[in-house]
Amino acid sequence: MAHEATMSPHGHAADHGEHHHESPVVFGFWLYLMTDCILFGSIFAAFAVLRNQFAGGPSGKELFDLTNVGIETAILLFSSITYGFASLSAAAKNKTMLLVWLAVTFVLGLSFVGLEVSEFSHMIAEGNGPDRSAFLSAFFTLVGTHGLHVTCGLIWMVVLMVQVLGPQGLSQRMISKLTCLSLFWHFLDIVWICVFSFVYLAGVM
Amino acid sequence: MSQGHTSAAGESHGSYSAYFIGFVLAVILTVASFAAVMMHLLPPGATLGALAVLAIVQIVVHLVFFLHLNSRSEQGWNLMAFLFAAGSVVILIGGTMFIMHDTAINMMSR
Repeated sequence: MAHEATMSPHGHAADHGEHHHESPVVFGFWLYLMTDCILFGSIFAAFAVLRNQFAGGPSGKELFDLTNVGIETAILLFSSITYGFASLSAAAKNKTMLLVWLAVTFVLGLSFVGLEVSEFSHMIAEGNGPDRSAFLSAFFTLVGTHGLHVTCGLIWMVVLMVQVLGPQGLSQRMISKLTCLSLFWHFLDIVWICVFSFVYLAGVM
Repeated sequence: MSQGHTSAAGESHGSYSAYFIGFVLAVILTVASFAAVMMHLLPPGATLGALAVLAIVQIVVHLVFFLHLNSRSEQGWNLMAFLFAAGSVVILIGGTMFIMHDTAINMMSR
């Protein structure tokens, strides 16, 4: 059953002899992530150009709360390792622990998004929204795009949790899906490293 | 369980010890970044350089310990695609900053 599910998208396994050790689904998703990497690169480039265009508005030094950023960073890092444990549970075919770790990761991800939304709404309420200056437009675009990705990851995580409970169980196809989300989730943590280093920490210097 | 597990499809899922090592390294690097800025240990230019170095090292740590990126034969294409994307991003960001800085100077807007 699992074998059949793995092979069905390939057609004839013999045609893919040279790729025997590589799942095409996971590799394809990896390529998508690389294009996402270029998307974030473009937004980082825009931010780098506009980082000092305050238009008389507040700079990062006046706006950013490093304690909040530190908590967000810690949450994302913890969620990375808890997703890692979920992957290991899936590999060990332990459905209960997989769901527990996915739930922990989901709660961490949700609190990250919650903190970010409260930070954004606080800034907008004080008149420092994306319309205040080019710097803030670039800031909201960059951090908002990352937050949107995390939100999509959370929705995806719920879908996978429901699917694991359904008839698919932990089929090979399901493991592929979990591996794709794992890549996505860890990739978002990598983007966050650049965000907290070059946007927040460099911004308050 | 303690050694790297490889599924039928060939993706490595790492191991608990690899995740712990990666996590500890990431925490150390993150704390170093925050400390460098919050405790004003270095002059601003050097701090920015330190942030860049710490970020790049942490990205490599995440890639190796969390995403299991390596140059083994079945993952050679993953690494190749990543290096290509990383090169594109470096050209994109470096080129943009160079051109826009040059433009700003010639327009005397700074």
